[in-house]
Amino acid sequence: MRTERHAGRIALLALAALAAAALRAETSGPATGRTAGEEEKPKAGGDWQHWHANNDVTDLPSAQRGARNFVSYCLGCHSLKYERWSRLGTDLGIPADLLQKDLLPPGDKPLQYIQTSMPPADAEAWFGKVPPDLSLMARARGRDYIYQFLKTFYVDPTRQTGANNLRLPTTAMPHVLSELEGLKRAVFREETRAAEGGSSRELVFDHFETLAPGRLSPVEYDRFVRDTVNFLDYVSEPTQTARRALGVWVVLFLLVFTWLAWLVKREYWKDVH
Amino acid sequence: MAIKTASGAPAQLPPAGRPSAGQRLWAWLNRRMPIQGFIEDQLTGYYAPKNFNVWYFFGSLALLVLVVQLLTGIFLTMFYKVGETSSFDSVEYIMREVSFGWLIRYLHSTGASAFFIVVYLHMFRAFLYGSYRAPRELLWLLGMAVYLALMAEAFMGYVLPWGNMSFWGAQVIVNLFSTIPGIGPALVEWIRGDYAIADATLNRFFSLHVVAIPLALLLLVALHLVALRQTGSNNPDGIEIKDRLGPNGRPLDGIPFHPYYTVKDIVGVGVFFVLFAIVVFFVPTLGGLFLEAPNFEPANPLSTPEHIAPVWYFTPYYAILRAVPDQRLGALLMLIAVMVFLFVPWLDRSPVKSMRYKGYWSRLWLTLFAISFIALGYLGLQPAEGLYVVLARIFAVIYFLFFILMPFYTRFESVRPVPERVTYHAH
Repeated sequence: MRTERHAGRIALLALAALAAAALRAETSGPATGRTAGEEEKPKAGGDWQHWHANNDVTDLPSAQRGARNFVSYCLGCHSLKYERWSRLGTDLGIPADLLQKDLLPPGDKPLQYIQTSMPPADAEAWFGKVPPDLSLMARARGRDYIYQFLKTFYVDPTRQTGANNLRLPTTAMPHVLSELEGLKRAVFREETRAAEGGSSRELVFDHFETLAPGRLSPVEYDRFVRDTVNFLDYVSEPTQTARRALGVWVVLFLLVFTWLAWLVKREYWKDVH
Repeated sequence: MAIKTASGAPAQLPPAGRPSAGQRLWAWLNRRMPIQGFIEDQLTGYYAPKNFNVWYFFGSLALLVLVVQLLTGIFLTMFYKVGETSSFDSVEYIMREVSFGWLIRYLHSTGASAFFIVVYLHMFRAFLYGSYRAPRELLWLLGMAVYLALMAEAFMGYVLPWGNMSFWGAQVIVNLFSTIPGIGPALVEWIRGDYAIADATLNRFFSLHVVAIPLALLLLVALHLVALRQTGSNNPDGIEIKDRLGPNGRPLDGIPFHPYYTVKDIVGVGVFFVLFAIVVFFVPTLGGLFLEAPNFEPANPLSTPEHIAPVWYFTPYYAILRAVPDQRLGALLMLIAVMVFLFVPWLDRSPVKSMRYKGYWSRLWLTLFAISFIALGYLGLQPAEGLYVVLARIFAVIYFLFFILMPFYTRFESVRPVPERVTYHAH
C-alpha cells in the first residue's frame, strides 16, 4: 500500500516541474520566440502578436543604451518615479561623471527620482491624458507588450497624432520614434466571420508597407527597441539580477542542508522497526 | 555512562550530590514553570504512529509557513504606509530602496500562496485517511476555522498593496455581501466604511490583517494542536494506535514525537524551503499566479482590469460563483462550497477510515473531487464565457455530488479488512 506515498511524491514533483517551467518562461522567454528581423521579409508584421522582446537584463551595455534611448526619446513625457538617477548609474555601471554629463537633465541632482519636466496639466491638454509612469510598465503589461507596442505604430490620418498602433489601438501617444523607424502603413483585409444570426465583416490586419525609411535600418531599429525594453525591464525590478544571483547560493545551501537533515533522520530511524 | 580520558582512567566528574550551576538553574525554572514537564508531555513522551508517510509533512509545514508570514509581516509593517495615496508607493519603496526589502516582500507574497498549497494538501490528507472521523471531529472543525481565518487574512492582505487587482478584487468580494437579502446593501457599506472601496476600507483591512486575524489564527492553531494532542494523530491505516499498548503503557506502533518526527519533519522543511526558494528567487510572480500583473498598476476605480480574477487559491470557489447565472444563488452556492467541509465528519459513514481499506466508489469520488477542485481553480482564472462556463457547471456539480452522495457510497460499498497493526516497512 504505497500508492498514497507515490501520489505525494508526484505532487511534489509536479510542483517542482511547475516551478521549473515558470522559471524558463520568465528567464528565457518561450522557445518559439524569433527575432522580428527575420519576420520582416515574407509578410511584414503579420504575426506581430507573437513577437517577443527576448531581452537580457544582465546585458549591461544593452541596458545602458536603453537608458540613453529613454532619456532621449521618452523622458520628455514619461517619468520613472520610483528610480533614482544615482541608482540607475550604480546598477548599470555608468560612472558618476558620465551620468551627470550625458543623462541627467540640467538642474537635476543624482539623488532625485527620474521625473519628466512636462507639467501634467499641459500633458492632459495636449494628449487628453497624462502619459503613464513607466517604472512598472514591464511588469504590469509585460516586456513583449512594450516591444510590440513600439514596433507596430503605423500612419493613420484619422488620428489626431497621425499615428495609430496595433498593440494599443487609438493610442494617445504619437509615434515619437518615427524619425528612427521611418513611416509605415498598415494594410488590412476584410474577413467574414460567422456570428450569431448571420455573419459579420471585419477588418483584420494583414501586413505593413514601408512609406518612408527612417534614420535606422529595420535591424538597427529592432535593436533600439529591444535595448529600450531591456532598460524598462531593469527599471521595473532593479533588484532582479541580485535576486537571481543570491538565489543560486540559497538553493545550493538548502540542498546541502536537506541532505544533511536526511542523513540525521536516517540515522535516528534505524531503531524504528 | 562513564567518560574516559585518553589514559583510560575515568574522567573527573563533578562530585555527586552537588548539582552543576546549569542543573540548579534548570531546577529553579521547573519549580516555577512546567518546562520539563511540557517537553516530556508534548515531545519526548508524545507517541505518534510510526507509519506516517509524505502526506504527514504538511501539518508541520503549515506551522512553518505561519511563522514565515508572521516574521516577514512584522518587517513589512515597519516600512509599509497604509493609505490610498501611500500604499502602492510604499510597497515599491520596500521593493527598491529597503535593504533586502524585495526578499521580505517576496517571502511574504510567496508565503501566502505556499500557505494555501500546504493547507490544501493537509486537507486532502485528511480526506485520504479519514482524519476527520471520530474522535477527531473537533480537530477537523478547528482546522476548518483556521482555513476560514486564513482566507480572510489572505483576502485582506491582497488588498494592501493597493494595486488595480487589489481594488477590483476587493470590489467583487465585498459586493458578494450585497446579495444577502434585506441587510445586504447596508452590510456592504458597513464593511467598506464608505460608499465605495476607499481609504477607509484599506485602513480597516490593514488593521484586521496585521492585528485581529493573526491573533485569531494563532489562537485557533493552538486549539487545533490541543485537540490533536488529546486524540493523537491518525495515520495512513486509520487505526487507533492507543488501542494496542505495550507492557510499558506506550502504544506498540507509536514512537516518541521527539526525536523521530522532529528529525523527519526537518527533512520536510528542507525540501519545502528548496521549492519555496526557487519560487522566491527565480519566479516570484509564478507567471502571474502568485503576483498578478495588473497589481503592478496602482488602484484605479476608473479602469477595470481585462479579467478580474482573485489569486489562484480562491478561484475554485470563484468559478462556482460565476457558473450560476443568478448572482444571489451563485454567492449562496459559493458559501456552501466552503462550508460543506464542516459536515464531512458526519457525511462519511464508512466502517473504515483510511482510503487504503475503503472501496472503489470512495476512491472514484475522491479522485473526481480532486480533479474538479483543480479544474474549477483553472476555470476561475479564465474569462467567464462559452465553454469555460459549461465546464465550470459540470465540475461544480461533481464538486457538490462528492459531498451529497458521501453518506451513500461510503456506507454501501464493500470495504477491505483493516489490519490489527499499522503497516510499516523499516527502511
